[in-house]
Amino acid sequence: MALDIDKVREVAYLARIRIPEGDLEKLRGELNNIIGWVEQLAEVDTEGVEPMTSVVGGLEAPMRNDAVTDGHCPEKVLANAPELEERFYAVPKVVE
Amino acid sequence: MSDLTDLTIAAARDFLAKGEVSSRELTEAHIKAMETQRGINAYVTETPGIALERADASDKRRASKDLKGAMDGIPIAVKDLFCTEGVLSTAASHILDGFTPPYESTVTRNLRDAGAVMLGKANMDEFAMGSANVTSHYGSVKNPWGPKDGKDLVPGGSSGGSAAAVAARTCLAATGTDTGGSIRQPASFCGVVGMKPTYGRCSRWGIVAFASSLDQAGPMTRSVEDAAIMLNAMAGHDPKDSTSAPIETPDFTATLGQGVKGLKVGIPAEYRMDGAPDEIEALWRKGTETLKAQGAEIVDVTLPHTKYALPTYYIVAPAEASSNLARYDGVRYGLRVEGGTLDDMYLNTRAEGFGAEVRRRIMIGTYVLSAGYYDAYYLKAQKVRTLIADDFRQAYETCDVILTPTTPSAAFAIGEKEDDPIAMYLNDIFTVPSSLAGLPGISVPAGLDAGGLPLGLQLIAPAFDELTLFRVAETLEEAIGFDAKPEGL
Repeated sequence: MALDIDKVREVAYLARIRIPEGDLEKLRGELNNIIGWVEQLAEVDTEGVEPMTSVVGGLEAPMRNDAVTDGHCPEKVLANAPELEERFYAVPKVVE
Repeated sequence: MSDLTDLTIAAARDFLAKGEVSSRELTEAHIKAMETQRGINAYVTETPGIALERADASDKRRASKDLKGAMDGIPIAVKDLFCTEGVLSTAASHILDGFTPPYESTVTRNLRDAGAVMLGKANMDEFAMGSANVTSHYGSVKNPWGPKDGKDLVPGGSSGGSAAAVAARTCLAATGTDTGGSIRQPASFCGVVGMKPTYGRCSRWGIVAFASSLDQAGPMTRSVEDAAIMLNAMAGHDPKDSTSAPIETPDFTATLGQGVKGLKVGIPAEYRMDGAPDEIEALWRKGTETLKAQGAEIVDVTLPHTKYALPTYYIVAPAEASSNLARYDGVRYGLRVEGGTLDDMYLNTRAEGFGAEVRRRIMIGTYVLSAGYYDAYYLKAQKVRTLIADDFRQAYETCDVILTPTTPSAAFAIGEKEDDPIAMYLNDIFTVPSSLAGLPGISVPAGLDAGGLPLGLQLIAPAFDELTLFRVAETLEEAIGFDAKPEGL
């Protein structure tokens, strides 16, 4: 299914990537090339085939106790933040 | 003693054990080699201070007969996808500007615990997305086998810096990661050994995530034995990664030297591609005849869904990437580009922080997962993936290991294939199917093309049968006796 310009704009916004209007057409071409190419999968008969949900079969997903295993290191957690206010991440105002 | 930078891990270990060389001497020689070889741009960050500190600590342990493990004193490079405590970790992306993890990935922790000495962080394709190491924010890596006809060559990717660093003798070995061929393809292009273990062998904890159901760490070395030694130090169950296999880790060197008598080697008809260069075909034939001469039985196998592996991969991997890379939002770490609102800040940060290939893959992934398209693309791809894994399972009913070429060509010039994403994706045509099935694979340097560039052969084994993989790979390596080196080394 080929993407039109509106779809490309919508997908870019969903992905939170700003794309200048002037670049949309080129990107549309690139994405459609790739989407058109992967669509050859439609010719594979997958009737009754289970989708893969576990890469290497036979291993059960492990369970663990619902308990805190790490933490108490706010300095480390915050150390890489681009902007802080006291001990909080700072972002542009979201509530007026 | 031979040149310190031209040793295998196994040989270096012997010299260290006999006291003929110290880890400091070995490490200093490699620090110097890193400097001499800066032109190939194999490292994003060199860490000579850390290296010397760890080398001295190793020498001290050796003096007091208190060695940590099998890699004690061995200088290695670490792909910049691994988070390393207190050392810039970038995934070769602008969006991780300045990111210095306060923690160490499990694999690099394991290597440290085994005594390995980190020389630096190796360059790579941005977020491991690429097959030529041309998408790095820190610039392309040059293949040490080039230039050719006046043009610099790609080292392959995404672990291109790791492969080039090993080939250029700036480290004894390097860690890589492989999602669709990112260890094996650059190993083939650079004439080194690259091994991808079974999905679940090595913990993914602390490795910057690209496609979580495919990513797997592995060793890049100059011999099969070294790969086995290094994997011993990297692998092991880790409760911090729920997909890490809760099974015992064998001694991966245990089957070395056993030869291939009595083993069945499968040759998949579907890997014979129309339009593939004759040299690739000839190399594959040479590999087949070599293993036959060593006593293996050659059997024809069929992997009927091979041609659908790449399109399947280019749905599954971008889908997982779009989800994994949603975390780069300019709030908690890395680059932030200001905007008037929170949304504007996200949009600006991600537009500037991600390169063109990463943006493209995030958008493909966002599209195939979006409402109304999920079944047609993602679910369909996961079903085809089941069929691809079933193909391998059936093939292993009649053979023990599969032999194929690693890549459809030798290294090409930087700049080629860059305006055609699909042409670039085709580099991984022989490595992607086994990645989708989670199987262990290894590329062994096996010959030179007409232009004198290295070519690798790939072996693929059943899940968790690395012991057979190493055994066959070592036999192939010994019998072929590849000993070419990049000019000037």
